[in-house]
Formats: sequence, C-alpha cells, structure tokens
Amino acid sequence: MASLAEQRAERRTIRNGWLLSLPALIILIVAAAGPLLIIVIYSFLTPGSYGNVVWEFSWDAWVGVLYSRDIFDGTYKLADAHLSIFWRSVKLALLTTMFCFVVGFPTAWFIATRTPRARTALLFLITIPFWTNLLIRTFAINQIIRNEGVLNTALLYLGVIDEPLVIIYSDFAVFLGMTYVYLPLMVLPLFAAIDRFDMRLLEASYDLYATRWQVLRRIIVPIVKPGIIAGSILVFIPALGAYVTPRILGGGRNMMIGNFIELQFGQGRNWPLGAALSVTLLVIVGAALMLYVRASMRTTNNG
Amino acid sequence: MADTRFSVSRLPGFSTIAVGVFIILYLPILMLVIYSFNGGNSIAVWEGFSLQWYPKAWNNEQVRDVTMRSLTIASAAALISTTVALMAALGTTRRKQTKGQTFVYLMINQPLMVPEIVTAVALLIVFAAIKVATGYQGLGYLILAHSAFCIPFAYLPIRARLEGMDLTLETAAGDLYATPWQTFRHVTLPIVMPGAIAGLMLAFVTSLDDVIITLFVKSAGQDTLPTYMLAQIRRSVSAEVNAISTLLLVLTVILLTGFFLLTRKRT
Amino acid sequence: MTTAIAVEAQSARKDYGSGQFAVRALDDVSVRIEKGSFFTLLGPSGCGKTTLLRLIAGFETPSAGKILLGGRDITYDPPNKRPVNTVFQSYALFPHLTVAQNIGFGLQMLGRPKREIAAAVDKMLALVQLEDFAGRKPQQLSGGQQQRVALARALAPEPEVLLLDEPLSALDLKLRKEMQRELKRLQTETGITFIFVTHDQEEALTMSDRIAVMRKGNILQIGAPREIYNHPKDRFVADFIGETNFLSGTVEEGAIRLTSGDLVEAPTQGRSGKVTLAVRPEQVRISGAGDPGSLAATVADSVYFGTDTHCHLRLADGTEIVARLQSAASGEAGLARGDQVSLRFEAGAAQVVDE
Repeated sequence: MASLAEQRAERRTIRNGWLLSLPALIILIVAAAGPLLIIVIYSFLTPGSYGNVVWEFSWDAWVGVLYSRDIFDGTYKLADAHLSIFWRSVKLALLTTMFCFVVGFPTAWFIATRTPRARTALLFLITIPFWTNLLIRTFAINQIIRNEGVLNTALLYLGVIDEPLVIIYSDFAVFLGMTYVYLPLMVLPLFAAIDRFDMRLLEASYDLYATRWQVLRRIIVPIVKPGIIAGSILVFIPALGAYVTPRILGGGRNMMIGNFIELQFGQGRNWPLGAALSVTLLVIVGAALMLYVRASMRTTNNG
Repeated sequence: MADTRFSVSRLPGFSTIAVGVFIILYLPILMLVIYSFNGGNSIAVWEGFSLQWYPKAWNNEQVRDVTMRSLTIASAAALISTTVALMAALGTTRRKQTKGQTFVYLMINQPLMVPEIVTAVALLIVFAAIKVATGYQGLGYLILAHSAFCIPFAYLPIRARLEGMDLTLETAAGDLYATPWQTFRHVTLPIVMPGAIAGLMLAFVTSLDDVIITLFVKSAGQDTLPTYMLAQIRRSVSAEVNAISTLLLVLTVILLTGFFLLTRKRT
Repeated sequence: MTTAIAVEAQSARKDYGSGQFAVRALDDVSVRIEKGSFFTLLGPSGCGKTTLLRLIAGFETPSAGKILLGGRDITYDPPNKRPVNTVFQSYALFPHLTVAQNIGFGLQMLGRPKREIAAAVDKMLALVQLEDFAGRKPQQLSGGQQQRVALARALAPEPEVLLLDEPLSALDLKLRKEMQRELKRLQTETGITFIFVTHDQEEALTMSDRIAVMRKGNILQIGAPREIYNHPKDRFVADFIGETNFLSGTVEEGAIRLTSGDLVEAPTQGRSGKVTLAVRPEQVRISGAGDPGSLAATVADSVYFGTDTHCHLRLADGTEIVARLQSAASGEAGLARGDQVSLRFEAGAAQVVDE
C-alpha cells in the first residue's frame, strides 16, 4: 500500500497535468472539437430561406445527401450529380495517393541513402514546399498549365502544337495539382521509415541470392510498411477534403466534396445539407483513420 | 561509399525519379518568382526584367491592409497557441501515462485529422450564432480559430524537446535548493526554449497560410492575404499576385531556416 | 561517548505500484550513518540501495518509516529544503550553463550574494582542479571532467551530507581508479559525510569507512571493509564480496567434517548439524601429495591470469575448490591436470556462514 503522502503526491501530479493542459483544451474545444458536434445537430434541421437554419427537425438533409426530390411528382431518385461529386472526390484522392507513393518512394529512398549532410539538405528542400502556402503552390501550377500559361506558350513557340493544350479546369488538372501539393506529405513519413531501415539487411539478402526486384518486394516494402501507410493516410485525408486545389485548377464544373459543401453555405443556402455532407466526409475520414490504426497495430505486433 | 561498383542501397531508376521530383517540385515555384520580375503583365511571355510589381503591390492600399491583418492574426495566434501548447506539453510529457493523457493527445492532434473544410463549416455555424448574439464582429474569432489549429504545430517541437530532456536535471535543480518555480525558470524553460521558438515559427507559418477556415470565419471586410489572393486569382491574373507570393515565400523560407537551425542543434 | 549521527533511517519502507503488482523496494530498513564518515551502500541492482539514497535526498517519500538528518525528522521535506546534495549517476549537469554557473547554481538558488558565490565557485574549481574550464559548457568536457564538475556542484553549498549514486560507473577502469582516490581525498579534506552507492565491491572496499551490504530491500551486514571481507555473515555477502569457496559439512566435536570426509578446524560458533564453510581462494595453500594434516585433492584445471594462477582442485567426493596462487611462487607452474596434491587452509580462513 502506498502511504497517504505518496497518494497525495501522485494525485497532485495528475491534477497539475490537467491544469496545465486546460487552456489548450479550452481553445480546442471551443474552436475545433466542440463545433464538430454542432454540425451533427444542424444536419437534422430545416434550411432557412436566406441561409442559416430554422429550428425544426427534419431528415431532408440526410436524404438529400444521396437522393434528390423530383419537383413535379415528389418522388425520390438517386441524385446523380451528388454521386458523381463523391465518386470524383474518392477517385481523385485515391489516384493522388497512389501516384504520390509511386514517385515519393524512390525520392524518400534516394534521400535516405545519401551522406548525412546531403540528407539534411535534401530533407530541407522537401520541407520548404510542405510549409509554403498551399495557395501559392496551386497558383504556381495554374500559371504553368493554363491555356495562356508557360507550358502552352513554350510549346506553341517551339511549334510542337498549333493550339493550346486544354489541361486546366479538368479532373486531370486537379489530380496533377494535388499530387504536386501533397507529395511532401508522402515523402516525409516514408523517409522516416526508410531511415530506420537497417541497410545490412540488403547485404544479407543479396548474399542469399535475391535479385534487386525481390529485395524491394520481399524485404524493403514489408519493413517500411508503417511509413507507407502513414504517408498514404497523410495524403488521402487532405486530398479527399481538398478545397483550394479543385477550386483553382478544377473550375466550377469539376467540384469535389469540399467545394460542394461550401456551395451549400453560399449560393446553395442549404446549411443542413452542407452539415450532413460535412458529417459524411468526417465519417469517411474516420473510417480511413481506423483502417490506419488497425493496420499500424498489426504491423507493430508482427515486428 | 557511394562510389563502389555494386552499392547494396542502389535501386535502378530511383535516383532518376528523385531528381525529377526535386526539379518538378521547384520549377513551378521558380517560374512564379521569375515572372514577378516581368516587365509586362503576362505570366507566360517574358517582357524584360522589371521591379515594377513590388512597389505596385506595396502602393495598393488593399494589399497593405490585408497584409497587416494577416500578420496581426498570425502573431497573436502563434503567441497564444505556443503558450498553451508549452503548458500542455509540460502537463502531458515526462510522467506516467494515464487515460486522461490519451484524451489530451487526441484533442491536440484533432485539427490534423479533421478535414479543414469540415472545421471551417462548423466554425461558421457556431461563430455566426455568437456574432448575432453578442454583436461582436472583430478579429477575435479569426485569432481564436487560428490559435486552435496552430496548437498541434506548436506542440510538436516543444514535446520533442521535452522528451529529449533528461528529467534528472530537474531533480538536480531541486537537490540544489531550487523551488519548483526556480527549477522551471532556470532549468526547464531555458532548455525548452529552442523548441518553443521553433513551435512559434511553425504556428506563425501555419496561420499565415490558412485559406479555408479564414474564408468561413471572417466577417465582411476581414480579408487576409491568402483570401485576398484567392479572390485575385479568380478575377484576373496579374503579376502583382506573383510579387506578393514571392514575398510570402521569402518570409516562409526565412522562418523555416530558423526552425531548422534551432531544432538541429539539439544536444 | 557515542559519535554523532548524520543520517538515520528508521524502518524505512518503499513500495512501488499497488495491489498485486506492488514491489517492495525497501523493506523496513534501519541504519545509522556516522557524521564525517564515508559510508557505502553495496549490493546488486534492484537491492534497494538507490531507493534508500533517494529517500535521504528527498526525491521520494517513504511508504512507511522515517528519515532523520542530524536528529531532525526530514521525511516529508522536499529536496530543496534539505541540506543534502547529490552527485548523479548521469551527472545531470545543466547543458545550458557554464561550468562555473553549474557549480554556483545551488548557492544562487539559496539567494547568496554574488561575491560569495564567485568565491565559492573559485574554491571549488581549485578543489577539483578545473580552474581553466570555468567558462566551458559541460558538453565540451571529458567524462572525468564532467564528473569533477558534478562533485564540485554538489559540494559548493557545503551540504551536511553528500550522496553519490554510482558516480563512477560511466568512467573507464583507469579513470575510475583515479577518481576513487580523488573522492576519498575530497571526503577527508571537506569532512562531509559521504553516502556512496555502488554495485562494485572493489570500489566499496577501497574507499569506505563502513559498508552496508544490501539485498532485496534489506541490509544484510554493516561493518568496516576488513570485517565484511574477513567475516561475512552469510553466503550472499561472502559470495558478493570477493570470490569464495563454499563447502558443506557437519559439526563434529569442535571441528567440521566435510562431505569429502576430511576434518577441518574452524570456529563452530556454537552450531551443530549441517553448516556451510566459506574459504577465500587466496587462503588456500597447496603442497605435495601426502602432506600430513591436509586434504588430499586432484588438480582439475589451472588457469593463468598473469599475477596469479587459479587452480581448480577436486576433493575425494568431487567438491571443487579454487585456490589462487601467486604466479611468482614456486611450484604453481608445475601443476598439471590430474596431479595429486595436498591442500590446507590458513589459520582462521575457514568461516562458518549462514545459508
């Protein structure tokens, strides 16, 4: 049994821990976590005529996530427009994640296998774009690929093409932009995982007659898997909820969920639908995070 | 070591891809910077070197206005978030893990996990109601919102620093007659300081970069530099935006270099 | 007249954890440590020696019992209110402060005037011979130099008691020997009570006035180094301090009959029945076979160690005895496996110990 003095000391430590964390918790609850609960409530209310809500319970917003009501006969049918926005968001986020991995893995490997000094410098070079304003980076891509942009001007000048390539304001442009913008988020955790990788394992594998491809598939990828999962999650979540990149590179027609949500709070004047869509996005992200936690727990248990 | 004929760590094609990635990562930014010095208004056709866009941007009263607002919000949010993050880090690291701590970690990292657009919408709803109820329309909402999502960025380097700190140092200070407050003031704080400054810088950069949450929380006439730029990009493309972007870029690089030097010199 | 007591522990107990996971690190230990002595707590890791030290320093509160300093109850005083300073195993030098600032830290916290602090720092720097390093940061010093700074820092406020928690364990062998003498010199010069924690028996024997041997949260034996070495109370103490041969036997008319059938003269301390005898290897003598009054043995193995040779011998029933012979002594080189020899113990060498 611990003595009274010991118990008192332990309780004091725990209480001090809470007291010190309290200001941060208050700010986070007021301006981050708390409001998330309120959007759940708003998704069950009736839209007001000029935005905001009327405090009357309604399922309409949730029905409206997937179905639209025919104005003439009042029947419900699947809302193709909504579905295509969901599908585009998930598709673009997945494609972005995969492509980020395909080019990010060699990059992270390259950085991790340099001399310590070169490694520090290259890491810094990866970090700068990561912290550079997202808007500026997306804008930079916009300037390159727009019809009268650097790429088209150069190609026209060189006579490669006769009229400008229309890349901007398409799904492809959004994919290109998101890959560019989120690539550092893939490279950094991959680097962290590869950095811990014991290069002597490669010597052992080659010693045991493995080919380069076998070494990559059978040794490297399984061991750095936690980094791959972390990087994929870090890219997938912001890509799924992207707002700035599709707005600047996708134009008005190629909306993603983020832009669609914003629309409900702007011209759409349907706050409950916007709230329901937000909760839907949150649930998808939550599911992705759960998969991540489970996958990373499995890999740590195995290793 | 790199010059052996058979290097075990070399994988074919990887170096080529990596070099390509670095070029593609920097090329668009470089073009953006180059065209901020363009003589004409085109962002594709080079019309001679000129510095005209910088004074033009500076003389634009609206640009000055939104820049000042951005800096005000970023400074306030960085100070607030770093202070509370430092306290939270002191409260959560370096002691026995409890269930409550997991909750605190989860709360602190929450802004990193929730898509920004969702937080933005949620804040719009809550702050709209408060604005109506209190009539207060000031910068406080933006500062509060920014402080919240800056906390994880401020917390990270501070926590790393505290976890790297030998706890015996505090015991030693107590043994040498320091009161708990003196221990904090003369031992813990000076040792944590590089982490706190690094956190301050990251929080500042994070706040300065924010578009989405600001867009939803701001009242009329409260544009920040990023929301102003977003509107400009939509409207017409002028090399003035390139000039502003370049300046913002330079500021970010300076702050990041400082951050890098501070966190690297860990002893 | 009794000597003054610097520190006293009265039935000090310390439990970690609770319920079925509770571990008793210190089991109602009582000990009195004389003022001005060099006292060593010796034992294997987990024996409770560091826990006792931390209770005296005030880093932990006992679960039961009391800690007295100069007769005053300080059990619940925080460390910054105790005139006791510690030299930490990891030194715990403040990395952001210079050597001089580290040494002056305690006095600064006590609010002493600047001039007094400066004078004390100079005195301490001279004491540990680091006058030229005052402005350096700890990271710029070698391990031995850091050790001296840690000592100077703890001595600067002139504590009543100095606690040393395995301070030499991070140093290499040569430096450690040097610091052992240095510590002893500092203790004699300052006259401060030193309480030294170590698991190294040699360290304990060379420096201490008194040693407390600990095991599993208890003190097994307290005494001067010679007393502990020559008259270990039980098997654990005999084994932990130096190497020892253990022989089982039965008491028979004032002597002990070994399992090999040989009869050995030894003080029986009023015991009867089965007993254990302890004999130090360097107190075993070897002579030619058939020596009267000695034990017949066979050489099983002989290992050369430079200054001495360890000779493994077997008695009639297979009991193994190690004899440590000085290499220079005549005859040791001639021993080969299988040789028949006689062995005997020096007078008073065989000790009956508790199991």
